[in-house]
Amino acid sequence: MFGFLGTTVGKKYLMGITGLIWAGFVLAHMAGNMLIFVSHDAYNAYGHALTSGKIIYVAELVLVLALITHVFMAISLTKNNREAKGQKYAVAAKGAKRVSLASRTMAIQGSLILVFVILHLITFKYGQHYETNVNGVPMRDLAKLMEEVFQQPGYVVWYVVALILLGFHLKHGVGSTFQSLGLMEGTYRNVWAKLSVGYGIIVALGFISQPLYLFLTL
Amino acid sequence: MSGKHINLTLKVWRQKGAKDQGSFVEYQAKNVSEHASFLEMLDAVNEEIVAKGEEPIAFDHDCREGICGTCGFVIDGEAHGKLKATTVCQLHMRNYNDGETLTIEPFRANSFPVIKDLMVDRSAFDRIISSGGYISQNTGNPQDANAILIPKADADEAMSSATCIGCGACVAACKNASAALFTSAKISHMALLPQGAVEKNERALRMVAAMDSEGFGACTTTGACEAACPKEIQLTNISRMNRQFLGAVLTQRPKHKDGGAG
Repeated sequence: MFGFLGTTVGKKYLMGITGLIWAGFVLAHMAGNMLIFVSHDAYNAYGHALTSGKIIYVAELVLVLALITHVFMAISLTKNNREAKGQKYAVAAKGAKRVSLASRTMAIQGSLILVFVILHLITFKYGQHYETNVNGVPMRDLAKLMEEVFQQPGYVVWYVVALILLGFHLKHGVGSTFQSLGLMEGTYRNVWAKLSVGYGIIVALGFISQPLYLFLTL
Repeated sequence: MSGKHINLTLKVWRQKGAKDQGSFVEYQAKNVSEHASFLEMLDAVNEEIVAKGEEPIAFDHDCREGICGTCGFVIDGEAHGKLKATTVCQLHMRNYNDGETLTIEPFRANSFPVIKDLMVDRSAFDRIISSGGYISQNTGNPQDANAILIPKADADEAMSSATCIGCGACVAACKNASAALFTSAKISHMALLPQGAVEKNERALRMVAAMDSEGFGACTTTGACEAACPKEIQLTNISRMNRQFLGAVLTQRPKHKDGGAG
């Protein structure tokens, strides 16, 4: 099996599966965060419920391992792929044989998203700790921190740009994963392709709506 | 021959051999008939170069009918030029405008070393084929047609995959120089039919291993190979290859030293 993971096909399986774990996480994260539109209390109660149980440690471990594997595989594949190509063409393809920008710039998108994830954790997970009380239960006031962060236009612009990048990364990544996993055959090919585009749009728009809502209503 | 004539500026990659650095040299293609193929246009340019006592531009060609897979280079960043589903020998000059400048380069991939000018060594493909791209079972005498029933969809798909001519445009167009489209087409066209399905696991294992050992990159599904392929081989093949390869790895059995009972 380790031999399998050393092949170009095996590496793509690993890349795809770890990518899918994060794709699932970002959708769930986005959906949960939509509670900010309901009320600050609902948002804080949801955050408290997530972080007060033991399951969060398992989830975090899986996510960290998946991210490390995904990034390590991405670096390894990108390095090997560049070596395999060698010299680039003097002129870039255009017209019918040009391929999408999202598919050609996955490594750049991924690097920027990784920077975003690290800054995002510093800002929110390890950021200012405000306290609040919801139905008599003391908990962290993450909604207040969100309001504070998204009052700053610079933060909002950076978040929107990063989330558009995430949308592009998911658009190509989810579809490419189904291809790598061997599921892109026959009629399913179009279904998976449309699903990946929809996935990228839904996650990006869902996330973008949150800082924009807070920035515009405060 | 009647018809429109155009003048072009060609920036052609000239490289004396594999160890030479290589660089672009500019040539003028004058009074080119719109009915000429791209290779015929280069033939005319070469005649002028030879008349000056210089070395003609080296490029691969054979059937010039779009079916052998011998020709191929990159025009303005596009393998086999701008037209989809067309080999460079079937690309006609009517697709270009008077006064255009075209940049012509060999296929770029470390596994396809340049032999000279626009010619590259594609023997890595031959080695992938010889690793498992065949059926080793003796199928006996020809049987009656339809003695083995094959679903039409499978026959069509196998035929579609079998149209790969091994020209290398997929590798040339891929930013990773991946040979996944070629290898997967060769794996698919046999695995989809009953005669070839017997050895499909062994074939997938051997051909993917050969593909990797030749130093080709990994597929990142940009779709550049599919867009460049003169035979319109589909990405579906790569997906099938990946699944078959995983299946082969998971179900691999140790080989018996002694052969089976005859």
